[in-house]
Amino acid sequence: MKILVPVKRVIDYNVKVRVKSDGSGVDLANIKMSINPFDEIAVEEAIRLKEKGIASEVIAVSIGVRQAQETLRTALAMGADRAILIVASDDVHQDIEPLAVAKLLAKVVESEQPDLVITGKQAIDNDMNATGQMLSALLGWSQAAFASALEIADGAAKVTREVDGGLQTIQVKLPAIITADLRLNTPRFASLPNIMKAKKKPLTEISAAELGVDVSPRLRVLKTEEPAGRASGVMVGSVDELIEKLKNEAEVL
Amino acid sequence: MAVLILAEVIEGVLQVDATARAVSAARSLGEVDLLCAGNSVATAALQAASLEGVAKVLVAEDASLAHRLAEPTSALLVSLASGYSHILAPATSDARNILPRVAALLDVMIISDVLAIESADTFRRPTYAGNAIQTVQSADAVKVLTVRTTAFEPVSNGAAAPVEAVAVNVGAATSTWLEDKVESSDRPELTSSRIVVSGGRGVGSAENFAIINALADTLGAAVGASRAAVDSGYAPNDWQVGQTGKVVAPQLYIACGISGAIQHLAGMKDSKVIVAINKDADAPIFQVADYGLVGDLFEIVPQLTERLG
Repeated sequence: MKILVPVKRVIDYNVKVRVKSDGSGVDLANIKMSINPFDEIAVEEAIRLKEKGIASEVIAVSIGVRQAQETLRTALAMGADRAILIVASDDVHQDIEPLAVAKLLAKVVESEQPDLVITGKQAIDNDMNATGQMLSALLGWSQAAFASALEIADGAAKVTREVDGGLQTIQVKLPAIITADLRLNTPRFASLPNIMKAKKKPLTEISAAELGVDVSPRLRVLKTEEPAGRASGVMVGSVDELIEKLKNEAEVL
Repeated sequence: MAVLILAEVIEGVLQVDATARAVSAARSLGEVDLLCAGNSVATAALQAASLEGVAKVLVAEDASLAHRLAEPTSALLVSLASGYSHILAPATSDARNILPRVAALLDVMIISDVLAIESADTFRRPTYAGNAIQTVQSADAVKVLTVRTTAFEPVSNGAAAPVEAVAVNVGAATSTWLEDKVESSDRPELTSSRIVVSGGRGVGSAENFAIINALADTLGAAVGASRAAVDSGYAPNDWQVGQTGKVVAPQLYIACGISGAIQHLAGMKDSKVIVAINKDADAPIFQVADYGLVGDLFEIVPQLTERLG
């Protein structure tokens, strides 16, 4: 079976984000960008399914600026077979919203006919946690969000989901959308030979307009601000001093 | 303008705190109707009806809604959507699963994790692990949003709204529930607890977490954990506080052996008072802590427990 894995190019998770002083957004110029960590987990899971002989082909797809090619090359170096880049913006500061991304992905699903789509549970830039669910809705497929374990058998996926009270296991009929949570797996590092090989794997480029999807935002960002800073704290020298401060100064005990 | 709220009901039990905070968030937007959906929600509906500011409670009871799987629950919400300007839920794992699906079915964007409602179409929400707060204005006909419960005070009890059954017709099932593994806990629930005591990698083992638990029990607190502690198997995953776990904002947050990575801070930096106990004086957690104590948590935490006991 064929698996489609959407991957997003985002600010590297270790980078301390800087909000622009004019409130227009986050400064992404000359910032280290990487594959979204949850998407890396999604790619890893798809490749493991291929290694088990369950998947026949893994296709990575990314939407955004042309530089997202690098993100796709990362997925190819991990083991994806080919990649599709949908160019939807020429400015790194324009984040395409999950609804538009889901509509574009639905078009790719229509032409590629995968049996399974594995996405990350959320992108660490917009923190929306929505694209997988939205794609599932548009396709009318079943969904299993926040997956921490996955088994495929007899045209269905048995998925353990991370929910508030603990874990929930459900079975979804294929085709389906699964969104990967942190504990689904530990992604592999791409080896140097595989990075070299990935440069030769096919990468198709298309534009959002060719797919007939309007990517204009539904949410207008009026401003972006730094969160309110905290007053600087004090260091205490002993447990007694700490308790005294918590009781008499902070009045929380 | 009217608001439909998906009440947080788990296995027939109304999660009062989360639901009451969602009602509080929505009250400025118009008349509030609460939807209780599930296999058996009559008791939950009666309790929901007593929340201040609720105009009426809609009850959708059907076997297909058991465990609130995303497909049937979102189909139900969409079938009830006409007449509502806003569809809203507390940002729990159930709502994060269901509401984006509802939004896409209505061809509107989801607005996740709302921290403040400025007007009927303008909302504030955190991005980049809480390091940038965006104010967004929605051009959509219906606003579908999840609200961060810790950003709103709960409404009180004592009202009596009418309860009304609604028809359920959600189509054929594509998913089946198999099993729940619930972490049993007598402690207060993490996201609504007044005090949270959290352990990180510095705790060292699952056995050592006993000293964290002992301090929590002495304080009547909930227990949290960093991702490092969860990944190392010291604590169950539903204790995880952070960007990918739960977001808490208690009166007092005590971080023990937690370095304070960006992803962890995203889940707790709105706590009123933060205490950090760490042997590394340069740990980033001290930059957000109101009170910091440098030292060995294996000495400090038991001492704290003893003095406060």
